[in-house]
Amino acid sequence: MNARALWHTAGVVLLNAAGNFALSVGMKRAAAAAGPIMALLEPAAMAGIVLLIAWMLLRLRLLQIADLSFVLPITAVGYILNAAIGAAFLGEQVSLARWAGAALITGGAALTSFTPAEGAPARESESPARRREGEAA
Amino acid sequence: MTAQWLLVAAVVACTACADLLQSHGMRRGGARWKVPLSICFLAASFFSFTQLLRIADLSFAVPATAASIVVETLLARLVLREPVGWKRWGGAVLAAAGVVLLAL
Repeated sequence: MNARALWHTAGVVLLNAAGNFALSVGMKRAAAAAGPIMALLEPAAMAGIVLLIAWMLLRLRLLQIADLSFVLPITAVGYILNAAIGAAFLGEQVSLARWAGAALITGGAALTSFTPAEGAPARESESPARRREGEAA
Repeated sequence: MTAQWLLVAAVVACTACADLLQSHGMRRGGARWKVPLSICFLAASFFSFTQLLRIADLSFAVPATAASIVVETLLARLVLREPVGWKRWGGAVLAAAGVVLLAL
């Protein structure tokens, strides 16, 4: 794994966490009277949206230089990271069941993406041409 | 609690529709209308997620939306007729168990 891919991966994970954090702060800070759309104009929520747009763009870039089967399990750590941010910075009561749930989901997401092309082909690693051949057979 | 799960369901349903439309469009034709429609579903999914964050903990909202892994694995098998191996089913079952834990 080259340094560029690692750097991008760290950026993807951090941008996602920071974006969700800011969005969460902003949406809860919005006045109760504000409608669903007006609440999005809360500065922290706007910052969250901008960070999440940056996250999607950087993730596209990462997918350009790294395999999806590398990207998916690593970014699945985000489920635990988001729970940790809730507990550490948002004062959320994260129960043992919730920690376990986040951990199971991370494991599940990782396992789902550990499917190589042979055996059961991962849909993302299978080329459309090969798929059509398979259907014709 | 109920409003939270309704919004989770909206996020998951919209995400699944978007991914299904993208995969179907890019492989079986109709990309010219399926991909733009998928973007609409993605926007609806994100909007639902922002509303979910208004009433729910971040430590609940993000893991709960992982239920889309389960729904999408089922739809990949049933609608896209993709071969789904034991690792993929195992991953979906783990994710489902995780979401059930969030409900406790």
